[in-house]
Amino acid sequence: MSGFLNRSLVKKYWMAATGLFLCLFLVGHVSGNLQLLIPGYEGKLQFNEYAVFMTTNPAVKVLSYVTYFSILFHVIDGILLTRANKKARPQGYVYNKPQRNSIWSSRNMGILGTIILVFIVFHMQDFWYEYKFGEIPYMVSEQGHPITKSGEVVVDGVINSESAKVMKNGEVAGLAMKDLHEEVMEAFQVPWIVIVYVISMIAIAFHLWHGFSSAFQSIGINHDKYTPIIKKAGYAFAVVIPLLFAIIPVIIYLK
Amino acid sequence: MKLTLKIWRQNGPEEKGEMVDYQVSDISEDMSFLEMIDVLNEGIIDGSIDDKGNYGPVAFDHDCREGICGMCSMYINGEAHGPGRGVTTCQLHMREFNDGETIYIEPWRSKAFPIVKDLVTDRSSFDRIMQAGGYVSVNTSGNTQDGNAIPIPKENADWAFDAATCIGCGACVASCKNSSAMLFVSAKVTQLSLLPQGDVERNRRVKNMVKQMDEEGFGNCTNTGACEVECPKGISLKNIARMNQEYLKASFTTE
Repeated sequence: MSGFLNRSLVKKYWMAATGLFLCLFLVGHVSGNLQLLIPGYEGKLQFNEYAVFMTTNPAVKVLSYVTYFSILFHVIDGILLTRANKKARPQGYVYNKPQRNSIWSSRNMGILGTIILVFIVFHMQDFWYEYKFGEIPYMVSEQGHPITKSGEVVVDGVINSESAKVMKNGEVAGLAMKDLHEEVMEAFQVPWIVIVYVISMIAIAFHLWHGFSSAFQSIGINHDKYTPIIKKAGYAFAVVIPLLFAIIPVIIYLK
Repeated sequence: MKLTLKIWRQNGPEEKGEMVDYQVSDISEDMSFLEMIDVLNEGIIDGSIDDKGNYGPVAFDHDCREGICGMCSMYINGEAHGPGRGVTTCQLHMREFNDGETIYIEPWRSKAFPIVKDLVTDRSSFDRIMQAGGYVSVNTSGNTQDGNAIPIPKENADWAFDAATCIGCGACVASCKNSSAMLFVSAKVTQLSLLPQGDVERNRRVKNMVKQMDEEGFGNCTNTGACEVECPKGISLKNIARMNQEYLKASFTTE
């Protein structure tokens, strides 16, 4: 490729490729999140086991690094493109009517993206950082016994709060499973957090409304038969995925 | 018709410009937009219209006045070539406006189209893009094959012809929020590479034209679709997708 990032078109390919990958990521993420709606102890255990799987499985790890890279690259590339675009018109129009020729979201991808980025930082701090490094409660069985990361209930086991290990009779039975489910439930009892999540999902919806089909155009796919299908699929994606994300905190709050 | 015109006046490339108000009357709705400006200029010359700031007659580009040369270029009421669809400024008629209306008239605004005077911009950046690859190096030694004797698929002939209707006026650049020249460049790339004579140089052509486009300081395409809507010749966004595809292929197949 002539220049990793030099040419305007190459920047657009990267924008499209990372964007489409992040669309796939959203599908995976929302499927995982929907487990939060499974009621009772069963749902709680399933979600916490899922959280262990997501943080320990090597394949998931590779995918998560690709995701971090995609987000970072999408952001940096977006900033570079926006800066070049602003430079291309140093003096704007006194009177302009862009609403006559294009949709709002297509003209505001940068602003929407910034809102989403701020949300990602907030969201990572809220759950990801807390889960990995913060102090969050440990998962216990229905009878109150601790559970290891591998899902084993240790009857009469004790959790060492320093090492986060489940101890029984002075021996290590395994690392204690953290109760991310409880953490999520608590967070979504706070009205402003629920509001932040819902608003951010609206921003993602608008971003996807233009971004999904735009990515295909950027990599050179514009076809009489398939493009109308891609566009409709993009609109459906832009509504359904953020809606599924957004109803989870709302349902938890109302419960 | 009586109209209030707010026109961008600027004495030279380095001068500071401003919007100046003019009152015109006795405008027939059958006049073209340029004829209306002619009436204004006659008034400024004979003194019947107040020439605020002593700018003299309004300078503007025009040539054929029948919609095919691509010279006229006015940003009218917030849109390239005004509110009409599929027409250049010279083919825009005053019946599109209402008696007593205020009309804003500005030049194309883009770093790559510097203002020469008033509404006249220097669009030679388009010429330099064409010089970078927008041609076919035909050998005219006397053995040149008759173009009509070469079989061409009907679709290719149609697409090439549709792309070739681009008159290079620059409305796409003027309308694009990023001042991107992608619609123009892609139309030229398409028109040449879909036909057998241009096919042999297609890889080199797309790379060189995109390189020149970037060097001229045009912005990047964000697929808002504004260019396609405002284009007086209805050049399709499909051409941009085709160029993206051509460039991707060329990047992997040459050097």
